[in-house]
This record gives sequence, structure tokens and C-alpha cells, in this order.
Amino acid sequence: MLLILFFNKYLPMKKLALLSILTLTSFILFSQTEKRLIPSATLKNMEGANVNTSDFNNDGKPMIINFWATWCSPCKRELNNIAEVYGDWVKTTGVKLIAVSIDDARNAGKVAPYVNGKAWEYEVYIDSNQDFKRALNVNNVPHTFLVNGKGEIVWQHNSYLEGDEDELYEALKKLAAGEDL
Amino acid sequence: MSLKKVISFVLLIAPFIANNISAQSIDQVMSRGEIHGNFQLDMQYYQEDSLIGATAVPEHTLMNGFANFIYTNGNFEAGFRYESYLNTMLGFPAKYKGNGIGYRYASFTNEEMKITVGNFYEQFGNGLIFRSYEERGLGYDNAMDGIRINYKLAEGLSVKGVIGKQRLYFESGEGIVRGIDGELMVNDVLGGTLKESKTKLTLGGSFVSKYQADQSSQYNLPENVGAYAGRFVLQRGKISLNGEYARKINDPSADNNFIYKEGEAFYAQTSYSSKGFGLTFSAKGVDNMSFRSDRNASLTDLQINYLPTLTRQHLYNLLATLYPYATQPNGEIAFQGELVYKFKKETFLGGKNGMSLLINYSTVYNIDSTALPASDTTYLGYTSNLFAIGEERYYDEINVELTKKFSPKLSGIFTYSNIMFNQAVVQGKTPQDHPDIYANVGVIDLTYKLNKKHAIRAEFQGLFTKQDHQDWATVLIEYSYAPHWFIAVMDQYNFGNLIEKERIHYYFASAGYLKGTNRIQIGYGRQREGIFCVGGVCRNVPAASGLTLSITSSF
Repeated sequence: MLLILFFNKYLPMKKLALLSILTLTSFILFSQTEKRLIPSATLKNMEGANVNTSDFNNDGKPMIINFWATWCSPCKRELNNIAEVYGDWVKTTGVKLIAVSIDDARNAGKVAPYVNGKAWEYEVYIDSNQDFKRALNVNNVPHTFLVNGKGEIVWQHNSYLEGDEDELYEALKKLAAGEDL
Repeated sequence: MSLKKVISFVLLIAPFIANNISAQSIDQVMSRGEIHGNFQLDMQYYQEDSLIGATAVPEHTLMNGFANFIYTNGNFEAGFRYESYLNTMLGFPAKYKGNGIGYRYASFTNEEMKITVGNFYEQFGNGLIFRSYEERGLGYDNAMDGIRINYKLAEGLSVKGVIGKQRLYFESGEGIVRGIDGELMVNDVLGGTLKESKTKLTLGGSFVSKYQADQSSQYNLPENVGAYAGRFVLQRGKISLNGEYARKINDPSADNNFIYKEGEAFYAQTSYSSKGFGLTFSAKGVDNMSFRSDRNASLTDLQINYLPTLTRQHLYNLLATLYPYATQPNGEIAFQGELVYKFKKETFLGGKNGMSLLINYSTVYNIDSTALPASDTTYLGYTSNLFAIGEERYYDEINVELTKKFSPKLSGIFTYSNIMFNQAVVQGKTPQDHPDIYANVGVIDLTYKLNKKHAIRAEFQGLFTKQDHQDWATVLIEYSYAPHWFIAVMDQYNFGNLIEKERIHYYFASAGYLKGTNRIQIGYGRQREGIFCVGGVCRNVPAASGLTLSITSSF
């Protein structure tokens, strides 16, 4: 990096920029060996209070972070299907599901009544400004992350097909048993 | 943005990182760094299809793509988005052209403060006076480019300050937008026993001002336009009540025909919910509240604020794309109620596997207003009362949705909707030959699980109306093989059209492969000319026919 800056004046601007990006990227990629931690963003909880996502924890047990919205059909199918087996999942693995709604002001007020109306037992937050969605590089909802007891992301999945929850549960059981995914 | 700007930006952050390195060992610093990103590409091969009015394009194919890269290292973060439009797909704003860096920023956080320079997305309260926001699927992006400070003054007391210009395709709008917002969680600030109290109160207030030079010889235009808003959230156990009121000083613009009247808006919501039961009521009023950083801008360009629509956001194709309602920023008053109820298992209605019900009612009217006579010299345009309902109805809907599981294998969602849609106002058509549309819509959505991994889903939709293009039907069949594969076929048929040769089939077939964060989807068929909505924002798209490819990924 320093070398590049040193040769600053001998290189044309474009090449210099490209070189510094490449060097920086290779440094990062080669040194990036540890698993990714939950990035920091501010969300609203169901009581309207601010919560920082880096404070998410489940006493060393696994967590599922699921991005959804009230206007997203596959998202609701996924969360409704998981809701039916969630009790068993909690019993066997101690998991906690965190459902992050990306609804904006149009529907944000309907999230809590919807969640309660469906009797979901999840921990629910609202990411109205989509800061957390951006921080986790989520393209579209639904998107599901599996997080280990240390807060590291170990598995993720985009979209939802009927039966995907079984694959998630398999991964979750392995994680709870301390196996590699 | 030009390449030059990107280079200077990279050079700006490079020494920062380099300095860090010289002070500590490279390994130490770099091992804390992480880089992540996401990618999306949409491409279409267009073919001519005179029946639906679709044309081929000289390029044969058109493509939109982008990738975000975000680097984080401790409290430092920087990122950019490379965007590519070669050339812009039909239905997307044509002003996106070529390649460029549409977004780049750097930020750092210390204990109390977060500083962001470059582009950012932010909103104050419900967004009534400020929201910078992106909806990539529609090309909607009014990101700020400037400086943002988030300051946590004390436990429960935070302030945000923003200043910048708004993104306009690959350029910035000429106006400058400045704003400040404060939020106070009363229980946390007062502390003591209040902290544990069941009743929680949050107060917020914001002020936003835009500057744009007055270059008009015809009018004396305000160069600085201010807007302010106040809000509260009150929560006690299962009951929640929140409201926001906003006001904007005179802001003559192309949207309001250059009148000097002040603007106003309110948004209020109350809800009650307990396990298996949820109830929400909301009300909203808007009067002359279009707010842009360029008074001559139109469509979705350079909007500073967000006026949420108070109708149900539809999930099914016919309902979502034929008659979607959009807020009328010049004036409307709207009400909405929603009930969600879950019938317990092993009851008469709940059956063996339970059933749940959702009922939504929404209605929108104009606000009561009186135009000023032609002799008027105040240039206020009209007089009005934000809280008085006018006589013209814009939209009305009752929507009932039943979700029922018949057996572990078979489940269904049944929707009935009755809507009234004022197409003259909402779509800006001439009232004489565009009467209000009354439609009955029914949707049956069935999912049958063949086994743990294989499932078939079928949607049967019917829309019945005597107005517009009369009756429509949609059938969709989707076969999925979890967790990696799906195929789907769909036909949308305007079977009731009075003009026989316009009874067109819009067929579309698609297949997709999914793994982890990768998604590859191809499709072939026709897309109807109409309204395409993503996340509540809608855009008119022309008819198209051909082969589509879509890829998304992230790491």
C-alpha cells in the first residue's frame, strides 16, 4: 500500500486507483479467515425503542435471522410454516428466531398486530430504513441467516421454497451438535 | 458519477488505511477488516409482438446490473455500488445510461457519534418531511450525497443531522437539502422507576429545509423552503398509539401549479394486539405536500419526503398490478382498519390444523377544498381543511383473506376483494371517458406438498368488472423441488374484454436454480403493459415479449 502511494507520481491516476483497490482487496481477502459477525445497525423493536443488532444474542445458543415483509407472500409462508415447528426447534436446539421486517411507514404499524395475530413466538424488529438489510448485503426478501453461539454467520439462504425449512433445521441441528456446516 | 470522482474518493481513503498500517502491523489491522457485497443482473432479449404492442429493440438485448461492495474494519466502513445499464431495460427510467458508480461512502463510529460522508439513506420519523431511499428493482434512488452525523447525546436521546444533494440518475439535483431530527425516549431520559414502567413514551421532532436559486422571471419564488414535523409513540402493554404532524411553508412547484399555499400532513395509528388477535386503525391526511429539491422535477425525481399510501399492499398479480392506489400528494384523506385473528386448533372453525383470518378495509377521499376566484391576488390557489373529508372518493376496498391448513399436505389462502378505483384521479386520465372502476376479485392459492421436498402451488385469480378492460383471469402453477429448483407457468387472460381481438393471453414460463445466496432465473413470455410494483413503489412498464435472465448473489 505504502509502495503504491510512494510511486504515486509515476502512475497515471486511473491505474493508481485500480492498483490500490486491488492491493487492498487482496489484503482483505487473504486475511479474511474468520467468520463474519452480525454487523451493527439500529432497528426498532415492537415497543418503538432503538436496538443495536450487534447486541443480538441467545446465551451462546444459535440464532436465525430472517428478513421478511408484510407484503411478501413467500416470506409469510416461510415464517408461518416455521411457526408450526418452532416449538420443537427451540426444545431440541435452543434456537431463537429473529424476524426482521423491512416494512416502511406504510405497513410498519401493522407488523406487531400481524405477528401477534398469527401467534408467532419470534423476536421481531423493524428495519424501516433498510440499514441492516444493506449491511448484510441482502438483495431480496426472504433471506435467512443462521448464526452460531458466538454471533458468527455460518449459513445463509435466499428465497423460500416449500420444504426449505427442513434444510434449515438440518443445518441448525448440526450447529447445535457442534458439527461443521 | 464520473470515474474521476471515484478515483479521488479512493485516494482519499487510501492514506487513512495506509497510515493505520504504518502504525501497526499489516496483519493486525487487516485481519479485522472484512469485505462483503451483493450483485444483481437483469437482462432481456426483446422480440416484437404486435398483438400486445411489444416492440423489439435495436440492441436486441437490454441489461441492468449492479454490485455493492462494503468494507468494514472496526469502526471504519466504506462502500460503493457499481451500476451498469447497457442499455437501460424498457420500463426503467431511460436517464440511467451506461456505467458508473451510483453510490459511495465512508463512515466511522466512535462511542457517541457516527459520521458518514458521501452517499447515504436516511429518514426522519415516518418520512413525511424527509426520506432518502432506494428501490433498485424500479430504479428509484434519491440517495443523499453529502454529510450525515448521528449523535447519541445521552441514553435515550439521539440527534441526526444531514446535508447534501439528492441523486438524480448519474448526477445530483441542483437543490441543497438540510435537516435535523431529534428523538427522545422519555422513560430512558427521566430514568428511575419510569424506566421499568409499562407505559413508554417516545417523542421526536424534525426540521428540513431545501435551497434552490430562483431563476424565474415570472414569479418571485422562495429560495429556501422549510418543513417541520413532530411525532410521538405511546405504548402500554398491548396497546400502541402513534402520530405525526408535518407542515411545510410556501413551496410553489410544478406539482402544485406554482401556488403559494402552505402544505400540511398528518399520520396517526393505533393498535391493540394479543396472542392470536391483532387490530390496527390508521388515518392520514395530506394537503399540498409534494416536496422536492427541484421545484420543476416530476415523476419520482428528487423527492425529499415520503407520503405512505394507506391501502392494503397487494400480494397477488391482478390486484397488485391492475388498480394499485398511490398517494395523491396534492390532497387526500385516508382511513384504514385491519384485523388479524387466529382460530385455535381443535375448535369448530379452527379444525384440526387451525385457520387464520385477515380483514382489511381502506378508503380514500379528497380533502374538502374551495378554489380561489380568478381575481385572487394571494396566489394561494385554494382554501382547505386538512381534517375535512371531501366529496370525491379516490379508492375504497374491503379485503378478506382466509389461511387454512387442511392437512399436513394441503393448505390454502383464499382472498376476496371488492375495490372501487378512481382512475381519472389516480392515473391522471380524462374523467369523461374514464369512469370509476368497481371490481370484485377472488384468489385461491393452494399448496400441495407431495413429500418433504416436492411441492405444487397453484393460484387461480379472477377479476370481474364492467369498466376498463372488463374481466381478467390468471392461473399460475409452480412446481418446486427444495432447496434448489423451481419451474412455473402462468397465463393472464383478458377473457371478458368487449373487443374480441383484445382478449389476449399473457403467458409466461420461468425456471430457477437457488443455492445459498445465488439465484438464477430464466423466463420466457409476455409481460402486460401496466403497473409494476416493488415494495409499495410502482412504475408504468410497457408491454414486452421475449426471454429474460435474472441473477442475484451475495457474499
